[in-house]
Amino acid sequence: MTPALLELHELACERDGRQLFAGLNWQFEAGQVVQIVGPNGAGKTTLLRALVSLSSQYQGQIRFAGKPLADNLYGFRQQLLYLGHLPGIKAALTPAENLRWYAGLRGEAQELELKLQQALQAVGLYGYEDQPSYSLSAGQQRRVGLARLYLSQAKIWVLDEPLTAIDKAGVARLESLFKNHTEAGGLVIITTHQDLQLDNLRQLDLCDFPPGQELDYA
Amino acid sequence: MPERSPGVGAAFWATLGRDLKLVARNRGELANPLVFFLVVITMVPLGVSPSPSVLATLAPGMIWVVALLATLLSLDGLFRSDFDDGTLEQLLISPQSAYINVIAKLLVHWLSTGLALTLVAPLLGVMMSLPEAGYAPLLLSLLLGTGSLSLIGGIGAALTVSLRKGGLLLSLIIMPLYVPVLIFGASAVRAAIEGFAYNTQLAVLGALLALALVLAPLAIAGALKMSVNN
Repeated sequence: MTPALLELHELACERDGRQLFAGLNWQFEAGQVVQIVGPNGAGKTTLLRALVSLSSQYQGQIRFAGKPLADNLYGFRQQLLYLGHLPGIKAALTPAENLRWYAGLRGEAQELELKLQQALQAVGLYGYEDQPSYSLSAGQQRRVGLARLYLSQAKIWVLDEPLTAIDKAGVARLESLFKNHTEAGGLVIITTHQDLQLDNLRQLDLCDFPPGQELDYA
Repeated sequence: MPERSPGVGAAFWATLGRDLKLVARNRGELANPLVFFLVVITMVPLGVSPSPSVLATLAPGMIWVVALLATLLSLDGLFRSDFDDGTLEQLLISPQSAYINVIAKLLVHWLSTGLALTLVAPLLGVMMSLPEAGYAPLLLSLLLGTGSLSLIGGIGAALTVSLRKGGLLLSLIIMPLYVPVLIFGASAVRAAIEGFAYNTQLAVLGALLALALVLAPLAIAGALKMSVNN
């Protein structure tokens, strides 16, 4: 049996001295869309930041392809696309320039210009590509970040509230994008308060893993 | 075995190009340290004494101190905007090492402050009645020294980037580390004016730069990881 793409083992996270959840065991398999649910302050963003190796303030283990994350951080990051709470967009740069930077950073610059046009078209920003991002609306700025989903070859998508400020048609397009991605063997981990219309959707409810005893920091 | 990443150069050029574009679009920020440098130095003859002999004594130290303060002024914004808009996180979780991206960012910072200050320094030398023998060492020492200033300053900027009001702390962290650069930079110019050889001072500045170039990006990458880890 091949190990799960991403695996959480007895994970416990805390924030500002307060434990958010504990004893979290979960296997993220390729081909799944996993929606992290829980009320505000349940630790959804904290969990995602731990997952993408931005935060190390957790106990327990995160395994990537069967090995602890730290053993294969480079391989993991090559497979990772993270859309965070912050947009990750330089306001003074145009959408095309922002995306070109990401492609260069990830070493995915092959046939970039064509793919760039397609991605911008797919998120409905065609015609805005040479306008500075600060002149775009909130939803359009969000879409610049989402255009990265079309450009990247990463297998694991970790998306923190990607649907904020996105209109209905945009949400439907993203759903079909998630469907294509998972059918191609990808994994989508997402937090959102909206209902997603997907067959292969699984929900991870953080309320099922309540904090237990106090963390023991020796 | 760590695999060899395919596009180290691509990541370096991508970040370098991006930051140069950002500098070109926010020219006000570029001008800020330069204007400060010019204003302070033009005030000295007015405030202290217009006599060339007095100014010539002050010139080497004065120009160096103000160059240092101008660099300090520009440091707070070095990683601030990247931190605020989330591109710093993206940079840190990219498959490329943070080291190479940090070097690209610091190179842009040096080009837009250190090199710019070095290039206007001869003009200020004229205002400060700097003796003729002082110009070459002034340029050379600033060229080498401002590189160290950017690199060392980056450590402070990275450590304080997650603090809302990190400016004061930044100065306190950085100032002691700037002292050796200031001492050797100013003394190179003074030695030249007094007719002595100044290559020892330049050699020390070069050594400081080499040391900072190797170690500072490591420290900065570590400090940035710590700053976003909360």
